Amino acid sequence: MSPRRTETGGRIDRLRTIRFTFDGATYTGHAGDTLASALLANGVTLFGRSFKYHRPRGLLAAGVEEPNALVTVLRGEVREPNIAATMVEIYDGLVAVSQNRTPSLAWDIGAINQLGGKILSAGFYYKTFMGPVIGPLKGTRFWMFCEHFIRRAAGLGKAGTAPDPSRYERMNAFCDVLVVGSGPAGLMAAKAAADQGARVILADLEANFGGSANWSGETIDGMPAADWAQRTVGQLAGNDNVRLLPRTTVWGYYDGNTLAALERVTDHKEVAAKGEPRQRYWAIRAGTVVLATGSFERPLVFPGNDRPGVMLAHAAERYANEYGVLPGQRIALFTNNDSAYRSALALKKAGAAIVAIIDVRGDVSNEMRKLASEAEAELLAGHAVVATEGGKALTGLNAQRFDATSGALSGDERSIHADSLLMSGGWSPTIHLASQAGAKAEWDPARQAFLPPKPTQRWIGAGAFTGSFSTVEAIAEGRAAGLQAAGGSAPLASLPFVEAAPGDPDPAPVFEIKAKGKSFVDFQHDVTAEDVRLAHREGFVSVEHLKRYTTLGMATDQGKNSNVPGLAIMAEALGKPIPEVGTTRFRPPYTAVSIGSLAAERFGDLKPERLTPMHDWHIANGARMYSAGLWYRPMIYGLPGETVEQAYVREARATRESAGIVDVSTLGKIAVQGPDAAEFLDRVYTNMFSTLAVGKARYGLMLREDGLAFDDGTTWRLGEQEFLMTTTTANAGKVMQHLEYFLDVIWPELKVTVTSVTDEWAGAAIGGPNARAILASCVTGTAVDNTTLPFMGIVHGRIAGVPVMICRLSFSGEMAFEVYSGAGYGTRVWEALIEAGKPFGLVTYGLEALGTMRIEKGHVTGAEIDGRTTARDLHLDWMLSKKKPFIGSAMMDREGLIASDRLQLVGVVALDNRPLNGGGHVVEALDEANPHDSLGHITACCYSPALGKYIALALVKGGKARHGTRAFVSDPLRNRFGPIEIVSNHFYDPDGSRMHG
Amino acid sequence: MLITCPYCGPRDVIEFTYQGDGNRERPQPASQDLDAWTAYVYDRLNPAGDHNEIWQHSGGCRAHLRVVRNTLTHEIRSTTFARGGHKAEGRS
Repeated sequence: MSPRRTETGGRIDRLRTIRFTFDGATYTGHAGDTLASALLANGVTLFGRSFKYHRPRGLLAAGVEEPNALVTVLRGEVREPNIAATMVEIYDGLVAVSQNRTPSLAWDIGAINQLGGKILSAGFYYKTFMGPVIGPLKGTRFWMFCEHFIRRAAGLGKAGTAPDPSRYERMNAFCDVLVVGSGPAGLMAAKAAADQGARVILADLEANFGGSANWSGETIDGMPAADWAQRTVGQLAGNDNVRLLPRTTVWGYYDGNTLAALERVTDHKEVAAKGEPRQRYWAIRAGTVVLATGSFERPLVFPGNDRPGVMLAHAAERYANEYGVLPGQRIALFTNNDSAYRSALALKKAGAAIVAIIDVRGDVSNEMRKLASEAEAELLAGHAVVATEGGKALTGLNAQRFDATSGALSGDERSIHADSLLMSGGWSPTIHLASQAGAKAEWDPARQAFLPPKPTQRWIGAGAFTGSFSTVEAIAEGRAAGLQAAGGSAPLASLPFVEAAPGDPDPAPVFEIKAKGKSFVDFQHDVTAEDVRLAHREGFVSVEHLKRYTTLGMATDQGKNSNVPGLAIMAEALGKPIPEVGTTRFRPPYTAVSIGSLAAERFGDLKPERLTPMHDWHIANGARMYSAGLWYRPMIYGLPGETVEQAYVREARATRESAGIVDVSTLGKIAVQGPDAAEFLDRVYTNMFSTLAVGKARYGLMLREDGLAFDDGTTWRLGEQEFLMTTTTANAGKVMQHLEYFLDVIWPELKVTVTSVTDEWAGAAIGGPNARAILASCVTGTAVDNTTLPFMGIVHGRIAGVPVMICRLSFSGEMAFEVYSGAGYGTRVWEALIEAGKPFGLVTYGLEALGTMRIEKGHVTGAEIDGRTTARDLHLDWMLSKKKPFIGSAMMDREGLIASDRLQLVGVVALDNRPLNGGGHVVEALDEANPHDSLGHITACCYSPALGKYIALALVKGGKARHGTRAFVSDPLRNRFGPIEIVSNHFYDPDGSRMHG
Repeated sequence: MLITCPYCGPRDVIEFTYQGDGNRERPQPASQDLDAWTAYVYDRLNPAGDHNEIWQHSGGCRAHLRVVRNTLTHEIRSTTFARGGHKAEGRS
């Protein structure tokens, strides 16, 4: 048995031993332990180093509010930093390490910062990184150099760089009543609502339901409160209308009673069961929410209150009663309220000696005096702790006579020998979710606490959350809230009977003991009481400014411990009552939320994929795929030993010499049908479509309302009232939405329907000098000669018995055809074309070769239609009809859009015969050390087999006028500099003789 | 936030795409009034309170809706088809 573990008691399973490591050392604990309780049981007192001063820190709390004991949990290569050790359930093989220390927790070089406390005060960064504004280093980067080291010295855990292999899930849930928190109030609420037949969800961030019942030592209905809680949970679990969510933190309260929660499904398991995600994000829509989130005990602010061994009183009680661990053998308590007396008695019963109870109040009630004597503790009423002693563990403390009204200390300091000091500065209701949901919290002078605001959404509070700190009240309020939430009436059955220690819930209004030494307000961000006063002296009087200047409450715990003491100290400095200083509003999330859970199935294995009908064929035939949005498309069909460049050059060359075929099924396809279809297209496209003959296709350009280019593609007239529009792959969704908006909102009088048919058609583009001969050898039911199928003509026929639609159009610049068939027959048609092409040496080509041939032709894609370019910039002004208005026509001729120095599309040839890069800049004069004056940038590049050169398309200022001139490419990121020639974007076959045949 | 689509009933906001200020008036297609076009393309009302907005039920029936939403409370006063016709039952 480890040194601090009690023989009996607690809710851990002493028969099950679990082995884990912390900072490389192996420890054992028991099932039911947290990392914090297990390490404490092993005698560990030092858990972390503080943020700024690297002070040694131990456990302050036992729950989610723990500010000091932050650890990094390692799973394989993946590291998750900044998790409170109090929230880590141990499992066999758990590996955790401490943070913010070099080289080790015990010997930390950064602790030297403690000596520089005056320099590292509030606003340190703001003051420091302004300079140097005078002296020999003025205007240099000296501070930038220092900043690197200073920032490394301050901090929390380090994020990992390995990708997270975990799976995350998102769930939507609906319920009549969501109960947040499963202490006595929450359990009663859930039970009452469930008994009324309401659909109930009960969520608690802890592993075990029961909240304070698990450690209060109280009796409910004649049994230990923890057993009563377990019995109630058992009753709830038997109901079909109840969903229990343990380890689930409700972290956000949004509009329409929508709440966000994070369930830690397998973080506590050595191995996840099959199919289990690591964490699950819940979006819960609740009819009514019962907020039974309890309260936090507040630390007192006094010198040395951060020394390892100084802990919140209820936390020690919880370690003893729930985990069977004593935080010390000689325990002193320091309090401003009655609740610490109960804690003292609990620890006495668990086997510790209570050496003293130091109470700031002079008049301690007889009931409390009786509890103190039961605990065999010396009661020092009207006293305060003014110092603590010890290094990595507490050895003792000094107390002095204290006047709670004036805050004055008097008399001699008295030294008390203790290895643990427990403090209680009163309690603050956990009002975070209520605050997120709307109104401002209200200060209650009796409770010395912010109580929840009046509900702005459909929620009801119960228990300590409302400032009712006793279990008797919690049970009554919980049942009432559950009934009200479920719309039930008052029950006849009597309430469970509670036996608990007495206590007045109102503390003395004492937050700080002003004595010499560092008194911490925010433990996690190392903000002291003096920092708060310094901020006040420097003029930061608004609570919002105070918060940002001192960083009080801005660490990962978001001020769960420090909020109220910080405000109280500020209020005193300002000479105002606390409610006039105000409180900051709590915002989601309540605790840290993993990005993975928010991304959930949109990421990793569960990300949706779009595959073309011929996908399996591509894979089987050696295609290397890459993703284009959600689509997967062949990049190259590489031969053994080929580089990507060798492969695409071979594919493009073979296409231009004989024939090539490419899968174009991903193109967006929209059926535009109806009596007004032609009129609609005239309004949508910059060029005319009403004049297009049935059985012909036309290349079209769309602008946005602001006159900039939007998308391009061919549209085929299949009938008098029927068109098939194609869009670029990337813009298919956007174009569809664009069309729908105009039909629904702007021109509802047009009789047109648009239907996305992208997935209904499989498409193959076959091009090259032999493309027509290949088609002729396999198409039946139609001729494909120049008369029957002229450029931009459409015919219907069959390939391998499958009906196909063939349009003669060209992206590659060759004689080319797009063959469309029903998606289910895509592979059959594709294979028939491949077979027919064999005698001609037909190659399959991928996106790289497609891109190469389009660059050679100077065609534009999304890289050039980038939302900043106009039709004129892309030399598409020939498509702008003057005979009709169209979307964007009124705005496209604005001064700035027709200026001659705009970025215009040009071709670029590398004169040094080296590859160019997309994103490289075009400059007039090369200055490698200090690149400047960009004329524009490269949008697409390749090696052109047709030209035998490295070429690119670029958008260059006044580009058209620069044809035939020299310039340079400047790409400092990739260290690529060199001479180029600016030419027309039509590199290859500019008069189109090849595609017209 | 829930939007009650006249076709589909109350649905989560995640199913909808915001399509902008519903107060904008598009000039006649042939209009050369650049000020009117500029106002239409660029000007947006941004009231603190009830706002007339266009939303598309893009993850559902794809109809465009005219939604009156309070920008302070996210309360939705009414939902109708943008092209006119049925009015959805208002939620308060």
